[in-house]
Amino acid sequence: MDAHSADLRRLADQVVTARDSSTALEIRGGNTKAFYGGVPRGEILDTRPLAGISSYEPTELVVTALAGTPLAELEAALASRGQCLPFEPPRFGADGTVGGMVAAGLAGPARASVGALRDYVLGVSVLNGSGETLTFGGQVMKNVAGYDISRVFSGSMGILGVICEVSLKVMPVTPGCATLVFDIDEGPALVELSRWAALPVPLSASAWHRGQLFVRLAGARSAVDSVRQRLGGTDIDPRTASDWWQAIRDHRHPFFCLAPADLARGECLWRLSVPDTTPPMALPGERLVEWGGAQRWLRTTAPAAQIRDAVAARGGHATLVRAADKSPGVFTALAQPLMSIHQRLKQSFDPAGIFNPGRLYAEL
Amino acid sequence: MHEALSAAEPAARQRQVVAALAQVLPASCILHRPEETLAYECDGLTAYRQVPLVVVLPETEEQVAAVLRTCHALGVPVVARGAGTGLSGGALPHAMGVTLSLAKFDALVKVNPLARIAVVQCGVRNLAISEAAAPHGLYYAPDPSSQIACTIGGNVAENSGGVHCLKYGLTLHNVLRVRGFTAQGDAIDFGSEALDAAGLDLLPLIVGSEGMLAVIVEVTVKLLPRPPLARCVMASFASVEAAGAAVAAVIAGGIIPAGLELMDKRMTAAAEDFVHAGYDLEAAAILLCESDGTPEEVAEQVERAIDVLRANGATQIEISRDEQQRLKFWSGRKNAFPASGRMSPDYMCMDSTIPRKRLAEMLRAIEDMEAKYALRCVNVFHAGDGNLHPLILFDANDPAELHRCELFGAEILEASIRMGGTITGEHGVGVEKLNSMCVQFSTAELAHMAAVKRAFDPAGLLNPGKVIPSLQRCAEYGRMHVRGGRLAFPELPRF
Repeated sequence: MDAHSADLRRLADQVVTARDSSTALEIRGGNTKAFYGGVPRGEILDTRPLAGISSYEPTELVVTALAGTPLAELEAALASRGQCLPFEPPRFGADGTVGGMVAAGLAGPARASVGALRDYVLGVSVLNGSGETLTFGGQVMKNVAGYDISRVFSGSMGILGVICEVSLKVMPVTPGCATLVFDIDEGPALVELSRWAALPVPLSASAWHRGQLFVRLAGARSAVDSVRQRLGGTDIDPRTASDWWQAIRDHRHPFFCLAPADLARGECLWRLSVPDTTPPMALPGERLVEWGGAQRWLRTTAPAAQIRDAVAARGGHATLVRAADKSPGVFTALAQPLMSIHQRLKQSFDPAGIFNPGRLYAEL
Repeated sequence: MHEALSAAEPAARQRQVVAALAQVLPASCILHRPEETLAYECDGLTAYRQVPLVVVLPETEEQVAAVLRTCHALGVPVVARGAGTGLSGGALPHAMGVTLSLAKFDALVKVNPLARIAVVQCGVRNLAISEAAAPHGLYYAPDPSSQIACTIGGNVAENSGGVHCLKYGLTLHNVLRVRGFTAQGDAIDFGSEALDAAGLDLLPLIVGSEGMLAVIVEVTVKLLPRPPLARCVMASFASVEAAGAAVAAVIAGGIIPAGLELMDKRMTAAAEDFVHAGYDLEAAAILLCESDGTPEEVAEQVERAIDVLRANGATQIEISRDEQQRLKFWSGRKNAFPASGRMSPDYMCMDSTIPRKRLAEMLRAIEDMEAKYALRCVNVFHAGDGNLHPLILFDANDPAELHRCELFGAEILEASIRMGGTITGEHGVGVEKLNSMCVQFSTAELAHMAAVKRAFDPAGLLNPGKVIPSLQRCAEYGRMHVRGGRLAFPELPRF
């Protein structure tokens, strides 16, 4: 970060000024995810001056990038060396940044097979609410020195601090890939997915929508070839398949595209996170099922309480991803001992409460 | 206030605590006589010993909650303990505290093959999970060397690894949910049986928190399909540098082996002497590169790995013919510790991680330290993820040797930090590495870790004195440090 010390100092000054005047800050990179979480408010703190890949050594499987680096730039650099971010972070626009990716903590179709974004975070440098630069974690794969604070920034919605730099574990792109399509109803599809997941097959992603199940295999070429014959289904040509998975990943598939008119009449996009063996949920609306059943998208006008009750009964939680009215709360409410811990963590990192207030919970 | 009273009068304090615990536990679950509590005086790091005030062995979750509530009300420290196999003193008792043994929480609650999860109580042994899952073709991936004895609760507390974590991840990556109690005795859940939970992701804080943030009673782990085949390639190298370069080349070639381990010449000799695995005793270093998966996958990966190893100067390559030979290749690595035990009365197992590319440099630095401290050191290395385990050989009956050994260890850790690494890859900080924490982290960073501790445990009663050094301790260590590791009055006991 040395080359950016002046930029970092300016951001730290902005934090200190905001703290001293109790001014809320909206931490912003490419502004592609303003729709996600509680409604942003406050003076904008722009992370984009902190841009660039600080270090990348393919043989270490580690890349370190400043928060304002465009995600597209990072992914291109990795692709040029045959590597990738295996968790496939969704891109809601061309301008998304690495810092925004970490703060949102979202993962794409491969999540169930490769892990979440947080599993790939090795270290972060952040500005706390007093404008101090802190570094947690590092650039090595195994590190249990002190509490693993770096990974808590994944999905933190910016409430704990300004993410300035991130080190991520990267992986090689798998050599073989194939996509199969099956005509099958949701219930039987979920059963098949659970069955396949218990077999040593290179299952990389799945998505069910409107009577069709898409299954992606990725791994050694020979393994993919032998398994695709055993599973059956219809092969899709690689280019078409790749475009289709990208559209799911980036929410460009028509299912995810809620027009202003849809939102105006109360239609919402929900993300239901449930145990993958949960049978089809008896909730009104249109569905798209990913992650072997563990992530279920729902387009519906049903009331929030009905959805959250049904999901809670299954041991899961529901997030209101797109909606005109976010008054039911974007994220599922926490039990008291857990919320108390959240409040004390927030208080210790950001005592003046200036970072992204309300983006995660109204109390934080 | 309680602390002040207790410091003055341990016996009175013990009577008070035992009486309070007797209200919530059967007498058979409370140990306080010296002959009973002595067995709990240390964990796997035997250089540190402390008899606890009281030991409790609750049998139900309600009793765990009641013990915590009781201790909280009295201001008594609580040290949770699993199998006691930890290597950094994380379960070292507190002189005025209660050691909370979770040994009786050893039930396998359920294995759900369809959901590919196991729900187990914290005292279930690591290997017992894989054994229970085996009839379904499933297993639990993290496999620390002590897996026959260590428990899942301890694995969660330490974020344990093993030889397969490059491909399959650490404990954190294989745990879905952790259930337990706060220091105040409130029930609390982290994670869920879904792939995530609402709110901040606190699971990474709990995993690896060394019993300082909550007491864990139940863990839900992911089970994976057992790979139908595993084959191991054993490659010899004429220099440690060449072996290190070969590791980098394997990774650069897009290969993620299931395991990638390096042993130096002295370790190989010790292991060969112990297990007769047929290691190449002429080699300066040996790499074990394992591939697992379907037969097609394994064949493809083994072929690519051999090409890369040959191109990078392997002087001899052997591929396991069958399962028996594969296990033989591994037997020396898995027995590295007992093999070292035969070479010396005692050994101290270090654990740090460095960027892989610094491996040869680190091994040279360790050679120099051997001369400096007049002690021998053998090296095993999780080369795939840069995790180094130098075993420093010494005689604990010689206080001067023990002291030199500790300085040797501290210097390895500081070299690791200088090379861009960390002071512990998988064994934890415990009490052993408190001073090294002062070197790796700034005052502000340590203050935030202390704040995280307070967020979970405002009264500071869970496993106090571990992991996060006090700023005063760091200041003192810093002062000693200025003298370049050579202390004034070296005869004075300090650690």
